[in-house]
Amino acid sequence: MSTDPQWKNPVIRWVDDRLPIFTYMDHEYQQFPMPRNLNYFWNFGALASIVLVVMVVTGIMLAMQYTPHVDHAFESLERIRRDVNYGWLLQYIHMNGASMFFIVVYIHMFRGLYYGSYKAPRELLWMLGVVILLLMMATAFMGYVLPWGQMSYWGATVITNLFSAIPIVGDWVVTLLWGGFSVDNATLNRFFSLHYLMPFVLFAVVGLHVVALHVSKSNNPDGIEMQGPQDSVPFHPYFTAKDSVGIGVFLLFFAFFVFYAPNFFGEPDNYIEANPLQTPAHIVPEWYFLPFYAILRSVTFDVLFIPAKLMGVLLMFGSIMILFILPWLDTAKVRSARYRPIYKFVFWVFLFDCLVLGYCGAKPAEGWYLVLGQVATLYYFLHFLIVMPILGKIETPLPVPTSISQAVTGSGGGGAAGATAAKMEKS
Amino acid sequence: MRKAIITLISAVAFGVTGQAMAAGGVEIPKRDWSFQGIFGSYDRASAQRGFQVYQEVCAGCHSLNYIYYRNLMELGYSEAAVKAFAAESEVEDGPNDEGEMFMRPAVPSDRLVKPFPNAQAARASNGGALPPDLTLMVEARIGGPNYLYSLLTGYTDPPADVEVMEGMNYNAYFAGHQIAMAAPLSEDAVEYADGTKATVAQMAEDITVFLAWASEPNMEERKGMGMKVMLFLIVFCGLLIAVKRRVWADVH
Ligand code: HEC
Ligand code: HEM
Repeated sequence: MSTDPQWKNPVIRWVDDRLPIFTYMDHEYQQFPMPRNLNYFWNFGALASIVLVVMVVTGIMLAMQYTPHVDHAFESLERIRRDVNYGWLLQYIHMNGASMFFIVVYIHMFRGLYYGSYKAPRELLWMLGVVILLLMMATAFMGYVLPWGQMSYWGATVITNLFSAIPIVGDWVVTLLWGGFSVDNATLNRFFSLHYLMPFVLFAVVGLHVVALHVSKSNNPDGIEMQGPQDSVPFHPYFTAKDSVGIGVFLLFFAFFVFYAPNFFGEPDNYIEANPLQTPAHIVPEWYFLPFYAILRSVTFDVLFIPAKLMGVLLMFGSIMILFILPWLDTAKVRSARYRPIYKFVFWVFLFDCLVLGYCGAKPAEGWYLVLGQVATLYYFLHFLIVMPILGKIETPLPVPTSISQAVTGSGGGGAAGATAAKMEKS
Repeated sequence: MRKAIITLISAVAFGVTGQAMAAGGVEIPKRDWSFQGIFGSYDRASAQRGFQVYQEVCAGCHSLNYIYYRNLMELGYSEAAVKAFAAESEVEDGPNDEGEMFMRPAVPSDRLVKPFPNAQAARASNGGALPPDLTLMVEARIGGPNYLYSLLTGYTDPPADVEVMEGMNYNAYFAGHQIAMAAPLSEDAVEYADGTKATVAQMAEDITVFLAWASEPNMEERKGMGMKVMLFLIVFCGLLIAVKRRVWADVH
């Protein structure tokens, strides 16, 4: 990357000659070509980035007042809410921010599923996304333990105990997670330490995610590649403006929960301080883990030589791991569901299946809920392992437009595209 | 697809948290509270009466750990009144210059004095049952204020087929219906300073308002700020949409 002659300021030139940061920003965030037909679902990556920053900033400020000790953690949070200036605001933003993060990222992922964004050449971009999801889950899980309420404690106990199902090393792993022989002060301390660390790892992986995106460029609702300037608009001002709208509306949604329904996503039980001697009637994880919790509890019988508990754990992790190989399980040549009539239907069935799993995860694993959860779990895996590979082979896609500008205007580009193309020429 | 996503979010959110059943599976009747709604605030007169009920009835068994005497000024009590409340109880302080612990009257910067020094003492005086701290009670139960009100007014005779265990009391809304706390409220259990008639329903309502305040003293500040933030964001979104339209005018 050589210095762009557009930099007139000598200081900027001096820096840019040695570290082309200005040229890079100009290239990647001003001139960067974006498909002109993107809809608002392409806002969600930007929204996720915003939430990540909000979480890190509020989290660092909360950590200044929080005490990671079993005797003081619960109380220190009450002090933050009552006596720290705007502490209640920080705490509510952080608490609801976790839910916002998952809402945004789940929509971001389903967008990818609908429009086939995980397919070549974006496989690695998608796989980095799955790594991000795993990191987010670990971070959220450990964060939820920190207030040391009843659900924090019992959730941590149930989930860490899962690792004991691993053959041979299981008990050793659990002791390592606990830092002792039960969920206790050592556990709280290491979870706090890791909860502070992981968002920075997350930042790094998001960085890679975005670099990969800037190599392959964005997919779009028609699922066809950009072929030239007539198909694209520069990131600035078009997507700075469009992302800003999304961010504004999203902040409105976020603020509504923070200011008017701050405990909407929470569990009343977590306002009771942790008590190792008293198990709550229903131990439920946060809403964003419910589908996975349903899968975990769906196995009630041993499978061949695998005990039920281990099988549940394997399926739960498998339900995310399977996303890594989705780009190869999907055999269709056409990307977007817009031109895949059967896949479009299958997509909604799959989304519905995930909701059913979430519903079952919130209910006790017995009677009809259990059966429903088992059927939904089975379908979850069938979707990836059977439906996706076969559908790609047998489905007849609708005719795909030859170019994005044709799809947008019904003809080969217009005057406006010419104007934006002129802007692009500069780079 | 957009519509479907909205349905999806609301389905997930409401499906999970939208239940208003007590842990015992009984439906809790809903009531109107002054502190609900986007403009809601705590009814000060009711909260002050509730504090009186707390002091004269509940404080014999239940602590209010996260409340300091100074907080009571937010309910409209004067500084002198709060000092007087505090001075009624003694707290342990020290060590002094001789290394001894000593007792002194409480001051506004102290926490409300607990009825029992520790959980064992509390259990010993309550037939083995632990009276929980009440500071967060309204947030710590499904149904919140409605549950608390129902619990306090829900002491009835047990149905014919239910046998109430020794030391237990029948309550229509408590999980399992058998609660170790005897009905704490009875007609005219307190004599209200403002002359309000102290019926069980009135006292239950007042203590609920007081405990709702105790669970979230910042609620009014939160809603007030929320209004400003939301109004700002609505205007801001309008501007952003206008800007976006202009920028994109030549593309569409
Ligand atoms: C004589 C002692 C005593 C007094 C006075 C008393 N309580 Fe209790 N309270 C208890 C005990 C003991 C329990 C535990 C009951 C159990 O777990 O079965 C309890 C439990 C509770 C609970 C928790 C119920 C639940 O869902 O777990 C609430 C709420 C409560 N009391 C409110 C009050 C209020 C309000 C007052 C004052 C009007 C009051 N109590 C007065 C002894 C008392
Ligand atoms: C912290 C969480 C995440 C952040 C900050 C993030 C950020 C972004 C951004 C800024 C974009 C470009 C804008 C857009 O298309 O929305 C993007 C695209 C993408 N992301 Fe993410 N992402 C996150 C999580 C994930 C996850 C969990 C997945 C999937 C498992 C994923 C998969 C993708 C894919 C496939 C694209 C390309 C989409 C396309 O061009 O059609 N991302 N991401």
